[in-house]
Amino acid sequence: MIIPIIRTAITGLCRDRASLALSFILPIAFFSIFAVIFGGQHNSTARINVILVDEDHSRASLDLVRGLERESSLAVSTRPASKNKSAAPLPEYTAASAEAAVKAGNAPVALIIPQGFGQNPISFGGDNSAPQIQLLNDSSDMIAPQMVSGLLQKAAMTAMPVTMAEKGMQYTDQYIGGFSPEQRKRMDGNLDQLRQIESRQDAAGSSSAPADSGSGGMIAVKARSVVGQDKRSPMISFYAASIGVMFLLFTATGSAGVLLDEAESGTLDRVLSSRVTMTTLLGGKLIYNTLLAFTQLAVMFLWGWAVFKLDLFTHIPGFLVMGLCTAFAVAAFGMLLASICQTRAQLGAISTLLILMMSAVGGSMFPRFLMPEAMQKAGLFTINAWAIDGFTKVFWRDLPVGQLWQQVSVLLAVGIVLFVLARRIARRWEIA
Amino acid sequence: MSANLPLVNATESSPTPLEIDCLSKSFGEVIAVDGVSLELHAGECLGLLGPNGAGKSTLIRSIVGRILPDAGRVSVFGFAASSPEARAALGWVPQELALYPRLTCKENLAAFGRYHGLSGGKLTESVAWCLDWAALTDRAGDLEKNLSGGMKRRLNMAAGIIHRPRVVLMDEPTVGVDPQSRNRIFEMIEALRDKGAAIIYTTHYMEEAERLCDRVAIIDHGRIIAQGTNQELVHSTFASRSQVVARFAGPADEVSLWVEQHAGHLVDGSAEFTIEHSTEIAGLLDDAAHAGLELLDVTLRRPNLESVFLHLTGRELRD
Repeated sequence: MIIPIIRTAITGLCRDRASLALSFILPIAFFSIFAVIFGGQHNSTARINVILVDEDHSRASLDLVRGLERESSLAVSTRPASKNKSAAPLPEYTAASAEAAVKAGNAPVALIIPQGFGQNPISFGGDNSAPQIQLLNDSSDMIAPQMVSGLLQKAAMTAMPVTMAEKGMQYTDQYIGGFSPEQRKRMDGNLDQLRQIESRQDAAGSSSAPADSGSGGMIAVKARSVVGQDKRSPMISFYAASIGVMFLLFTATGSAGVLLDEAESGTLDRVLSSRVTMTTLLGGKLIYNTLLAFTQLAVMFLWGWAVFKLDLFTHIPGFLVMGLCTAFAVAAFGMLLASICQTRAQLGAISTLLILMMSAVGGSMFPRFLMPEAMQKAGLFTINAWAIDGFTKVFWRDLPVGQLWQQVSVLLAVGIVLFVLARRIARRWEIA
Repeated sequence: MSANLPLVNATESSPTPLEIDCLSKSFGEVIAVDGVSLELHAGECLGLLGPNGAGKSTLIRSIVGRILPDAGRVSVFGFAASSPEARAALGWVPQELALYPRLTCKENLAAFGRYHGLSGGKLTESVAWCLDWAALTDRAGDLEKNLSGGMKRRLNMAAGIIHRPRVVLMDEPTVGVDPQSRNRIFEMIEALRDKGAAIIYTTHYMEEAERLCDRVAIIDHGRIIAQGTNQELVHSTFASRSQVVARFAGPADEVSLWVEQHAGHLVDGSAEFTIEHSTEIAGLLDDAAHAGLELLDVTLRRPNLESVFLHLTGRELRD
């Protein structure tokens, strides 16, 4: 008796493509996405963008810059990238422009090596006289500043051996009573050899940094958040947007699926036999689904304001603009899926598959700035990424509505294109 | 039922409500409608009968503009089927319950009324009239999904005439309803016809067609194979012939063979024969006795619409 039951169930499953897709394709797709994000496949481990400003231009600061540039996990830039390759390079970052770049979200961290750093670069034992390197960070990224801080200490240990030795001698002179002439002569000879080795390494351009050099805080660093420093609940707006967009996609798809119910019940035929045309019908449903999605987003942000102190009411214009554009794009996405699918079950399977994948790649489940570069770029093909970027600009960076033009343009364009496609595909219901 | 609201606005000078001329439609290799021509007059109910897959629904959907014919023409009061004028004049009651389950009866009617361009007082008036016509006034606030099968059918019909069309197409509106609801539906259709609506009524139930329809068209394999009043169809098919229905005891294969030899056929265990004169009955029964078949009972029957239908479309299963 058990065998026939199993056999019937297997036959049913094999004929239900939607269940098959959810059972096998979705887990594999998800596994692959997260393997790429966390597994560092294809050598695409996330590199942290760091803006570096050297105000000192001393030997020590240049050594430190070179050491940081050799770090494979850092992408160091000393000047803004030119928009086209043939253009003349832009001027180097200054402290002010670096801070502005961090505020604009161009990089999560900026390091500013102050003037006079080379005169006293090492701060053994909490030497307060050592000039402090400024670390400016965007507090939405909690990992980047800590990594940069650690790598800075590592670079100091490995890229500045001469400076370290000179400083050591200086401390010996200061606290032990100094070297004898013979000792100083031998020390100077060794330092010369060290300088030659360092020069050869620089010429070879290789990274001789040991895998784990540790950090003892030899470089004095003063960290300062330049974005989100006064936010009461730092990540709430990010999660409200990221989770919100994912559920908006589910809601919009489910709501658009009513079209399939109506087609199946014959209601669609009856409606289209009246004065209502397919364009009017789809347009009406698009507006309804947009308003539904926007209301859902508004409720979520209101909840965030009431319970998690999300600063909603000082960002109303930005919220309205981003909320409506996002709602429009997800509504059109839902309409397209509903027009492609033949049945509700098919819509359920395909939408679950697509939405979860888009959410994973687009940053709804895991911040995109922590993903490998290739994944970050792939995320730009999702509605989630553009919506989250826009909401981040509004709620995190406090940017004015005018700064949202990129996100707004993309979301509106996506919405229009998807709706036009949905309208074309919906011709199958119009007339036989 | 209130009678102070005119259902239809037919005028004496109006052209023919519905004209179908050589309509054809194929789906791939399958010819669904094959050169159908029909005419429907005001205040007339035309029964469209045919086996499953005969082309009834395709024909109806072509009339309401949901199917684009390959050839031929459909005109409603002189307007093409796809024109706004034709849409306004046509009412369609589909076979499916094409309603919104989460809306109340009143909300459903109002929604379809708006889709047909009604608003304000006219909409309110039409909704009230339709609720009354469908005997759903006291259930106006009930959700569609909570109604009984018969009520849903009546609401489905009401939604089809909310805009007071002059031509109404009803595709098997009594499927799955109890005799009480069916009787109520008949009254609704008769009321519509009495007010001047031209109605096409498709059904599998011959007694419905006999009761409601002024004329009947029988469609099979996409073609109209006969049309006329009940009497005309019976007369043209059987002339003055009658049917003899007899039951015999004995081995089934012997009975079957004997019935076949005498140009009859077995229906549910009874042998049916068509005879010209009642005197032929005695000869048939004598032959049966000589063949060793024991007669259980015998009936002489005048042919009816069902006899015509089965005679013309055959008895083979179609699906």
